[in-house]
Amino acid sequence: MRRAGHILADVMERLRAFVKPGLTTLEVDAEVERFIVDRGARPAFKGYRGFPATVCISINEEVVHGIPSPQRRLRSGDIVGLDLGCIVEGYYADCAFTMALGDVPAPVRKLLDVTRESLELAIEQCWPGRRLSDVSHAVQAHVEPHGFGIVRAFVGHGIGRALHEEPQIPNFGDPGKGPLLKAGMVLAIEPMVTMGSWEVRVLDDGWTAVTKDGSLAAHFEHTIAVTEGGPDVLTSKNGRSVRAA
Amino acid sequence: MTAVAKEDAIEVEGTVVEPLPNAMFRVELDNGHRVLAHVSGKMRMNFIRILPGDRVKVELSPYDLSRGRITYRFK
Repeated sequence: MRRAGHILADVMERLRAFVKPGLTTLEVDAEVERFIVDRGARPAFKGYRGFPATVCISINEEVVHGIPSPQRRLRSGDIVGLDLGCIVEGYYADCAFTMALGDVPAPVRKLLDVTRESLELAIEQCWPGRRLSDVSHAVQAHVEPHGFGIVRAFVGHGIGRALHEEPQIPNFGDPGKGPLLKAGMVLAIEPMVTMGSWEVRVLDDGWTAVTKDGSLAAHFEHTIAVTEGGPDVLTSKNGRSVRAA
Repeated sequence: MTAVAKEDAIEVEGTVVEPLPNAMFRVELDNGHRVLAHVSGKMRMNFIRILPGDRVKVELSPYDLSRGRITYRFK
């Protein structure tokens, strides 16, 4: 899983330099697929429940699960959510980040910062002896005072020999509830935050989730192992969360 | 990739109206709706018989409110 995570860390680093206005989302997808396959891994999303691509690319009011398309071109001022996973020897890793193309207004930059910070705070809760909802609560406690909305229809998840394993990890909740975290558990934590309401709907393509009120949305995700020594971020080179672009 | 959040089943109470084949029952809920309900696996393992007139607890799926699962028989 660590090897799969390191490949994703490399892909994210590559994407921060590669993703530019003018590219189609399909071109981005092709680049990521080549990158993953060249390193001897397999894309985790392609074919998962019929998803047709390697990366979920979700622009602006799209929250998650956007399908790459040869028609959709990235533009300056967009915020682009990139969600990707890969498989090495049957083990999965899963991560996501949202980046701004060109200059974006300060409140939009803040949306990205707050969402990333909420993920980092959630990761800090991944110690043996904590409970699952401590993770969920860390996200909610950081995000909501800023007046942002937390998407409820989608959740983080356990991960291992399958992309989605138990438990579900919501991004909201009271602390101190749910299963006890133990060393050896691996979680994919993924806050999705909007500048408006938490309500989302899924488009007719069956995948793309957009905010109902059309507000912008950000999404960050890491795959984290709970260890005796605390959280170990598998989708990062140094085991710690990395600042996104 | 995010997982789709599972919505909790809706719990309601009702009265069994008629038994149907395949261990299914027609249940009239307290809100007047009639739903098709099967007996939960746990209740079958414990040989809990259900007869017309019994008060039962039914879990409904949020996706299809016309079908449910009988999870408890009141006595």
